[in-house]
Amino acid sequence: MAVQESIGFSGGVRRLGTVLELDTRLLSMVGALIAIWIFFDLASGGLFLSPRNLWNLAVQTSVVALIATGMVLVIVSRGIDLSIGSLLAFLGILGGFIQTEVLPLEGPHSWWISILVMLAAGALFGGLQGVIIAFLSIPSFVVTLGGLMFWRAAGWLFTQGRTITPLDSTYSILGGGSIGEFWSWVVCAAGALIVVAFIFWKRNSRRQLGFPVKPIGVELVMILVWIGLIALFAQTMNAYNFPRSELGRGIPVPVLLLIIIASVMAYIANMTKFGRYIYGYGGNPEAAELSGVNTKRVVAGAFALIGMLTAVGAMISTARLNAAPLSIGQLLELQVIAAAVIGGTSLAGGVGTILGALIGALLMQSLQNGMVLIGVPSSPQQMVMAGVLIFAVWLDMIYQKKRR
Amino acid sequence: MPEPTPAVEMRSIFKHFGGVHAVEDMDLTLYPGEVLGLLGHNGAGKSTLIKILSGAYPRDGGEILIEGKSADIQTPRDAKAWGIETIYQNLALADNLATPANIFFGREITTRFGALDEAAMEHASIRVMKRLNPNFDNFHDAVSNLSGGQRQAVAIARTLQFNAKIIIMDEPTAALGPHETQMVADLIRNLKAEGIAIVMISHDLHDVFDLSDRITVMKNGRHVWTGDVDQVDKDDVLQMIILGRRPDGSYAPGILSENT
Repeated sequence: MAVQESIGFSGGVRRLGTVLELDTRLLSMVGALIAIWIFFDLASGGLFLSPRNLWNLAVQTSVVALIATGMVLVIVSRGIDLSIGSLLAFLGILGGFIQTEVLPLEGPHSWWISILVMLAAGALFGGLQGVIIAFLSIPSFVVTLGGLMFWRAAGWLFTQGRTITPLDSTYSILGGGSIGEFWSWVVCAAGALIVVAFIFWKRNSRRQLGFPVKPIGVELVMILVWIGLIALFAQTMNAYNFPRSELGRGIPVPVLLLIIIASVMAYIANMTKFGRYIYGYGGNPEAAELSGVNTKRVVAGAFALIGMLTAVGAMISTARLNAAPLSIGQLLELQVIAAAVIGGTSLAGGVGTILGALIGALLMQSLQNGMVLIGVPSSPQQMVMAGVLIFAVWLDMIYQKKRR
Repeated sequence: MPEPTPAVEMRSIFKHFGGVHAVEDMDLTLYPGEVLGLLGHNGAGKSTLIKILSGAYPRDGGEILIEGKSADIQTPRDAKAWGIETIYQNLALADNLATPANIFFGREITTRFGALDEAAMEHASIRVMKRLNPNFDNFHDAVSNLSGGQRQAVAIARTLQFNAKIIIMDEPTAALGPHETQMVADLIRNLKAEGIAIVMISHDLHDVFDLSDRITVMKNGRHVWTGDVDQVDKDDVLQMIILGRRPDGSYAPGILSENT
């Protein structure tokens, strides 16, 4: 019978995977990441896995990772956004311009007003590109290539190329600040609570409808693993002290922003109608249209979202530098796309996860950071990264073929 | 005997793509609880006509009445609001999503807080799929991993879940094996018994004679003939499809001039 045929051995294994909620693909990426970490730690004589380096690695990853969560949704909906780096420069300059020229520098309201303006402008200009793509049916590659040329030039108009510096000191906390040991443990506890609540809420809603649930032992082990990882993270961030002091720095502000934004993005992708339409549209645009989904609005929304994330990226980048130079964010779009693709996002659309993009970004940044530590010059670094990108996509294609 | 109010009345529908007239002055009437077979050559305008009814194409002229009320159907959403559900020839499924996500695509169940209620959708999906295929239990895989018959069942489940009054089926059995074809035939009879009006496009004359109460034939985007299926035999139908010649020997308007 046809029904029975499709449930072969591989179907059984896959079903086991679904029951345990373990994604083999994601696990293999985590494995690769651990291997890279161990390799660089040995090669650098223990420098790589020191709290100080891990703290820096986390900060370095944050901008690419947080924009990559938006890039996943854009690529899943069969688009691409090449304007990221350029738009980031424009938004950074806009923010700096407002803090220093429009409002009084170090004024009590300058920092938050400029943040709001940057977020609004990011969403507006990202959304504008999205509207052009969706409603005028111009390919996103072309529109955002235009954006790549347009935004940096628009930034030049603000300042005639002059680098805006220094920036507001409160604003600068976004780039280099951290929340201290106590608040890091508070964040850690909150994260653990959310994990526990989520797992039990899911379990409960399944049981209410009479579905089988996992044995409680399996759930508890999963909870312990998660809490262990969260605690290890907080402990590591706390272990990097301020200079000449016993006080730990704690979770860096950019990383805290990344954690919050990635959680929100995972929620949007998996648990909202908007996220569902992004994936459905990517799988079959015609089906989405015929199902009565307002596909144009969905596509434009994805670009507005990534525009807003780019604004957050612009805040972190300029705050870290304490300056808004015109050259900031060059080639950033390619790093972001590479992170998403290494993380398993398919350029054909329909496939990709937020968690995958985070791991992809971390993997790339780990490679770069590790190569710097062991003294690889910057040109070979770029060449290795290029090889890794292509290798990762090749592995993914083999994996996809096997699944079918 | 007084005529019942038609479930669907399409009057003098026009549709053109650029200079090509896909549908011209076409009428179609569908009564509750009947199956209407819509026949014609490839390119006769059948699919265009039903896509106008399902909201996929806006019409260029004419009028649509649903249960006697004028219905301004411009989008798929409009059509669904009038209780019209469509099963497309290519099934129009999002291949990367699982069965429940496809059944509820565009009409998701959400929790109080606006989040997708996956458990509730899966629960409802299991119930509706049981009606169609009691053996089906693959609710977590992407539908690209399902067989042709299973995918067809998912496409049909989408219409059943939302209590359609009118169902449009474009080649419902074209991709199916004999067993699955039989399943779909049984299903169509059940839906009919529930009073649902069905338009069925099919190239398989055997299916059409087996399942339809009435047939409407189109050629070159125009109406040729409509009548009870037992008034004609397969030869008559073939003559109408190929030549546009009705059983009484007359030709449909707009046919002869093009052939001579």
